[in-house]
Amino acid sequence: MRSTSSIPAAPSPAQLRKFSPGPAAASAPAPDAHATADVAVLGGGLIGLVTAWRAAQQGLRTALVDPEPGGGAARVAAGMLAAVTELHYGEERLLALNLASVARYPEFVAELEEASGADTGYRECGTLAVALDTDDRAHLREVHALQQRCGLTSQWLTGRECRRLEPMLAPSVRGGARVDGDHQIDPRRLAAALLCACERAGVVFHRSCAVRLRTGRDRAEGVELADGVRLSAGRTVLALGSRSGQLAGVPPEVAPPVRPVKGQVLRLRMPEVRPGHDPFLARTVRAVVRGGALYLVPRADGELVVGATSEELGWDTTVTAGGVYELLRDAHELVPGVTELPLAETNCGLRPGTPDNAPLLGPTALPGLQLATGHHRNGVLLTPVTGDALAATLTGGELPDEARPFTPGRFAPGPARHQEQPV
Amino acid sequence: MADDPLTIGDTAFTSRLIMGTGGAPSLDVLDRALRASGTELTTVAMRRLDPSVQGSVLTVLERNGIRVLPNTAGCYTAGEAVLTARLAREALGTDWVKLEVIADERTLLPDPVELLDAAETLVDDGFTVLPYTNDDPVLARKLEDAGCAAVMPLGSPIGSGLGIRNPHNFQLITEQAGVPVVLDAGAGTASDVAFAMELGCDAVMLASAVTRAQEPALMAEAMRHAVEAGRLARRAGRIPRRHFAEASSPVTGVADLDPERPAFGQGG
Repeated sequence: MRSTSSIPAAPSPAQLRKFSPGPAAASAPAPDAHATADVAVLGGGLIGLVTAWRAAQQGLRTALVDPEPGGGAARVAAGMLAAVTELHYGEERLLALNLASVARYPEFVAELEEASGADTGYRECGTLAVALDTDDRAHLREVHALQQRCGLTSQWLTGRECRRLEPMLAPSVRGGARVDGDHQIDPRRLAAALLCACERAGVVFHRSCAVRLRTGRDRAEGVELADGVRLSAGRTVLALGSRSGQLAGVPPEVAPPVRPVKGQVLRLRMPEVRPGHDPFLARTVRAVVRGGALYLVPRADGELVVGATSEELGWDTTVTAGGVYELLRDAHELVPGVTELPLAETNCGLRPGTPDNAPLLGPTALPGLQLATGHHRNGVLLTPVTGDALAATLTGGELPDEARPFTPGRFAPGPARHQEQPV
Repeated sequence: MADDPLTIGDTAFTSRLIMGTGGAPSLDVLDRALRASGTELTTVAMRRLDPSVQGSVLTVLERNGIRVLPNTAGCYTAGEAVLTARLAREALGTDWVKLEVIADERTLLPDPVELLDAAETLVDDGFTVLPYTNDDPVLARKLEDAGCAAVMPLGSPIGSGLGIRNPHNFQLITEQAGVPVVLDAGAGTASDVAFAMELGCDAVMLASAVTRAQEPALMAEAMRHAVEAGRLARRAGRIPRRHFAEASSPVTGVADLDPERPAFGQGG
């Protein structure tokens, strides 16, 4: 990840570190030591953090391994909770999981803010998906029809109606779908709150890299860390995002089929709203501009997130001139006024993509090893439901119904291989 | 069809459908669509890919035994296209390239001047060049003269699904060409593809028509059948068009099945 500068209003990695246990607190062990836990969570992104928090709440002794917890894709992601406007053909099963997670968000946020004492930036602002020309409009009409077939609330508006809602939209807007249920959260604040909640729930942080899964007698037994610590755990959760398939010691037949999908994202600053004036943008605005997906997510604190590219370029996290240019070009076409705003940050993150774009949740064929990864575009959205699903399986229970189609076994070789059936 | 192979350069293919990978919603969907299409040759955009990563689109192609055809999508100058082709050769170990040099991002039409320039350079450099070109018979001939292994005229702009807008030009191109002619871009549905083959194209290349369809694997299967149907129809030789009807069943010597109604058996 690269930043041209950072926004003072959002917690920086340095600020996040203040939540780390000090020498006197629930201590990370000395190097070359042994440590034990009921659950070892590898990866301290949103998914790892929520898993650790939920496990600790269940009374499990939980350790979390990450050199910089709260980092990763959460530093870059826009935080759209867009179950409806992220719906794609053939992904109706994923829609059910996304909707289940969206439904849990208000309660999840209330509980987390109570537990951490921190604001998460959750904002029930809704989303407006617009089309800029006749071709894009035809495409959006099809998507709107699909949304309606799936029983989702989405209202078709004329271009004029779109611009009454969001006066900064370009006059060329030809129509749009108003989706009042697609909200947003600030993933950086969410990560900071989860980190704090984890600490308060007694999660032990190991600020080091997981280097090898420890196995013995045909089961996972914990992990070796880069600082020499050997962590023994009855259950190990792989939540390493795009690197989840890279951990040494994981038998190839259970290694998750996760690949990095590069996304470049910009952060602009909107002007302060003067009394009696409209905000620059009141809700998330997204569009398909000549086939490329674009979104603008306005935060309550004035940050405007513009994203995102989608590139299959391995672990490259370079911010490129072309990436920034295309985002700004399309954003300018959609909202001409963006060019007047300060460009505060350019970042790049890696989505953990799977072959069917859906996550991998719960136990693997290797006893003691569970997965919470592969969330691709939907990691922030799926944070609550992932935490609940893993809390169930880590305490010996079954995966909840909505998570059952997303077991890691669906990609196992052999005739049982799952095939998503288009509806 | 095994008895009627498509030969490009020194390589024979059973399938006459070349697939692209852009626009697929997921690798799983792409995997199923490619298998349903029966394709043996598929393009990947070298500018949008790291060949060293496992689990990418290249892994999908490898698993299905499909030959990779790197393209130069996103290049606006001959210089960029030549560089991209050379990087692709290094990365993938193939000297085949689908050459694209785009004039502008609104239409994505080829830039004929840059295209010919890049084609000449790459042929001299030992590449097997398959250029994406306008449906211009003169340019197609010049590309062939420059040593390209095939010509790939567009039916209509990339992703437009508008079919073949100038069938007459396609006829002129296929009549004169000494290398395979491949419809590239514009196919929207199966009938466009069958029509291209009936016009004398040797193969069809498409991506969006399948990857952006509501059910990509189903559309891929339709395209496979359409290519075969169009090819067979071309080889069979269609009947001449007539202004008036011509009875398809014999009028004389027909069994008189109903003595009440003479002249039974017209039409059918």
